[in-house]
Amino acid sequence: MKIWMRFWLGLMALCLSAVVFAEADIEINTPGIAALKQSMQARHTQLASLYASGAVGQRADGLIALRDANAVPLAARQSANALVAAENRDRNALYAEIARANGHPEWEAEIRSTFAQRWIQRAQPGWWVQSGGGWVQK
Amino acid sequence: MNKAWLAIPVAGMALSACVTINIYFPAAAAEKAADKIIDEVWQLQQPGKTSAPGTQKEEAK
Repeated sequence: MKIWMRFWLGLMALCLSAVVFAEADIEINTPGIAALKQSMQARHTQLASLYASGAVGQRADGLIALRDANAVPLAARQSANALVAAENRDRNALYAEIARANGHPEWEAEIRSTFAQRWIQRAQPGWWVQSGGGWVQK
Repeated sequence: MNKAWLAIPVAGMALSACVTINIYFPAAAAEKAADKIIDEVWQLQQPGKTSAPGTQKEEAK
């Protein structure tokens, strides 16, 4: 009987160590993530004015969208579209890369939804964000 | 001896349960990581450097 007790105690200790392990940090210090961050940071200087004018908003799915093309002068519309597409490419790559860098590619959807909430919550006053299926101004 | 045969599948199940705990998504850590990246991408540490409303018209010309 004693050997069984010891066996179960050992198993419980193993489970506890697994719980502790689950509290681990999310790794974001990889060359891939750094490169995406830098690319997005450089693009932000151009995107910031589009956010502020309301032309581009933060979508509920962790991406951005050109929500009001009329807020962009006709001549700049094509470059605005390209900026949005490039930013979304980087954001998609970022979510996948964080999941991959942490050894759990299946976390991508959860990482995306975490980012989606944080982009929206931290958007600056005056910016537009998607909420409950519609656009609202912060 | 009979007990040993019972113990192996039970132990296997218990161990696999432990492993599932291990792959729970660390939501709090992910939120912190997201905030850190957003800070850097939006350059929120340096106020005044970000959005300048009204400049987009000058850029277009």
